[in-house]
Amino acid sequence: MTTLDKVRQRAESDARTYGYHLNPDPKFLQDLLEGLRKNEERFGYPACPCRFASGNLELDRDVICPCDYRDPDVAEFGACYCALYVRRDVFEGKTPVQPVPERRPLEKQTRTYATTPTTGAERKTELGTTATKETSRIKKKLWYCKQCGYVVFREDPPYVCPICKAKREMFAEIIIDVEEK
Amino acid sequence: MKIEKVPGKNQKNKVFLYVLSTCAWCKMTKQFLKDNEIEFEYVEVDQSSDEDLEKIREDILSKGGSLSYPVVIVNNKTLINGFRKDKIKETLGI
Repeated sequence: MTTLDKVRQRAESDARTYGYHLNPDPKFLQDLLEGLRKNEERFGYPACPCRFASGNLELDRDVICPCDYRDPDVAEFGACYCALYVRRDVFEGKTPVQPVPERRPLEKQTRTYATTPTTGAERKTELGTTATKETSRIKKKLWYCKQCGYVVFREDPPYVCPICKAKREMFAEIIIDVEEK
Repeated sequence: MKIEKVPGKNQKNKVFLYVLSTCAWCKMTKQFLKDNEIEFEYVEVDQSSDEDLEKIREDILSKGGSLSYPVVIVNNKTLINGFRKDKIKETLGI
């Protein structure tokens, strides 16, 4: 079982690594961490507590905390979408925390609502089960960072390279030509 | 759809919320309405059946909103996405 302490430690460690801070409001932070814990318990992964998650790993991959949108959101708005991670000036109270507009594409938001009928209680992770119709629509590709060589297999390249911090524009798709002899 | 009602002295407007049970901004919004004694109803989207989810999605999009929570709907007409305190205060006249 995932404990609140474990969720907190992971977030603190991640914030340190990336030079961010956690939300300075203790009550608000507690609610966010509790939301992450609950999602990890019901889905098997810590989906963003402030976004609707389907429970299907492939559909939710971009909103697993820290989500794909965190780095550009913290850079532009001072906080990520749920405001778990904040910039230094926000942490120090020099800039107020404001609701952050949703950067996740509408197409990705809407497809999480179109799964096979289940009740809320039954909506849980599909790890290890057969792919659904929605999942099969996701076309994963190999991407590499032209700056450091980091390679990732997913639907879209990351906004920021997790290794060298290069921007999304530095990613290119790897296309393998197999010559027949 | 499981609709929860939170009673309040101020019943001037019909206030309806779509929230997520895990969302800190949604909690903050509910607390703000309670603090201001506004009566409201809410649905926890992540606890809803898929049939209801489809209705919720259509309802939000048909009112010109986006699928980011909380969704605050006042008098079945004005839709506010996110905890935008000023906009909520202005719409409710508080």
